[in-house]
Amino acid sequence: MADALTGLYQEVILDHSKRKIGFGELENPGAERFERNPTCGDEITLQMSMEPGTDRIASLAWRGAGCSISMASASVLADTAPGMTIPEFRETVEAFREMLRSRGEGEPDIEVLGDAVAFHGVSKYVMRVKCAMLGWVAAEVCCDQLVAAARD
Amino acid sequence: MPRIAQGVSVSPLSELDVDVIRADFPALRQTVNGEPLAYLDSGATAQRPTAVLDAERSFLETHNSAVHRGAHTLAGLATEAYEDARATVASFIGAQTNEVVWTSNATDALNLVAYGFANSTAGRGGQPAEKFMLKPGDEIVVTEAEHHANLVPWQELAAVTGASLRFVPVDDNGTWSLDDARAVISDRTRIVAFAHVSNVTGFVAPVKELVELAHNHGAFVVLDACQSAPHRALDVVDLGVDFAAFSGHKMLGPNGIGVLYGRAELLDALPPFRTGGSMIVTVTMEGADYLPSPQRFEAGTQPVSQAVALAEAVRYLSAIGLDRIEHRENELAQRMLVGLEQIDGIRLIGPPIGVHRAGLVSFDVEGVHAHDVGQYLDAQGIAVRVGHHCAQPLHRRLGLTASTRASAYVYTTVDDIDRFLAAVAQVRPYFGAI
Repeated sequence: MADALTGLYQEVILDHSKRKIGFGELENPGAERFERNPTCGDEITLQMSMEPGTDRIASLAWRGAGCSISMASASVLADTAPGMTIPEFRETVEAFREMLRSRGEGEPDIEVLGDAVAFHGVSKYVMRVKCAMLGWVAAEVCCDQLVAAARD
Repeated sequence: MPRIAQGVSVSPLSELDVDVIRADFPALRQTVNGEPLAYLDSGATAQRPTAVLDAERSFLETHNSAVHRGAHTLAGLATEAYEDARATVASFIGAQTNEVVWTSNATDALNLVAYGFANSTAGRGGQPAEKFMLKPGDEIVVTEAEHHANLVPWQELAAVTGASLRFVPVDDNGTWSLDDARAVISDRTRIVAFAHVSNVTGFVAPVKELVELAHNHGAFVVLDACQSAPHRALDVVDLGVDFAAFSGHKMLGPNGIGVLYGRAELLDALPPFRTGGSMIVTVTMEGADYLPSPQRFEAGTQPVSQAVALAEAVRYLSAIGLDRIEHRENELAQRMLVGLEQIDGIRLIGPPIGVHRAGLVSFDVEGVHAHDVGQYLDAQGIAVRVGHHCAQPLHRRLGLTASTRASAYVYTTVDDIDRFLAAVAQVRPYFGAI
């Protein structure tokens, strides 16, 4: 039993679900997005800001309540996104999504995903994929807002 | 049909009896994640015995055809089977045959009533339906513990008629009392809709007393019987309710079939919600007039094999005895409560230990989200429900977004419960919550 679960609840995930990196609010967020998983009620409010005059993500903060998978994935996201350019970050989100849709097949690219590879095991649990995507979907929308604001 | 009357002492359902019952359920013979399945999610959907599966298959292999249309032999046999099933289910709840309307599920049944009121308010149904008309100032009363299926249709009805929706608030256990209801129900109340048994707390509502209160104020009573019809003797006439709804798949029957009970004179006056074929007397290009109940509510092709199978499920339950089932499930619930109370960090929801309740227990595990609790149990072959159980307002009131629910049925063993308790005891250590 324990072995079956370890694939899902990697140490990295259990650790992040408690540390909750980036938990809080930004002083001057350039973008904000609320996402909710209607099946379980998990929710997250995510904020992002850009370094002025660049397309580089300056900071990311979030608040929310949910299962260990959704909380850990938001924490890993907050650890991953700052410092990336928007195109780099979008590529990472796409790789993350692809990994979660893999149904446990293939090997995720640790160069692109970093700590987020720990969520590879989640892809075998179709009911939990949405949990892992929750914060990342919010971040994608924030990117759209940041890009739109920079254009204005 | 065998039916044990309330109050008659009955032989308890023993562990040996349950072993015999279990043998009738193919789905319970499997292993899940390498462990024997402990299915504790019957409150969501019950497993089906071979007799029910066979009844549906047998109908499909012999009598299958369209009902209430056509004149060939199979059409006659199918119609007969369909109507016999209605009579069986009607007798099961103490109703007349024409007081049982087939719906696709309980949600559908509750919408049928709500939209009947809405259509009456819009002037459909003529003078007989005037008693269902609502206006601003009228009130619809529910409880804060309702399943969304017995809440959202009433919100819609209030929105389209201008009536107000009020609710009986729950206490910190998620339960409510008659006094709480008395404080909300008044002469402005036109409809009182509530669950006989809460799908989250296992609380059993004082139905008769509430019916008396509602009727004294001239209000109609709509009973959500989803968690009672499968688990305890249900006599709608004795309870005095005006409408009641329940689903087949929670009572050993198929998906896609539900029941609306309504007092005959009410159903015959209520305008239909869904219109079309098979529910009319005469149709012209200008309009149509409608058959009496139940046909007026059964437009279009019907879930015939499902109705036949549901009747078989009802016979199966009756043969065991609903009073025995109720007694057994309360015992299992008490065993769960006592066991859970001994585990650190468990917050129980619902009536306190020792108070008679339905065979389900919901709880919160401090520091661990319900989805993680469910995942941990699932890895040991133990199936429970996690989430808000379609009762977000109740969870919000209790300060929770989600909870874990274990629910028992006729085939649940003491071993299932004990495995569940042993696994729950390991949840917080596993997730590092202690």
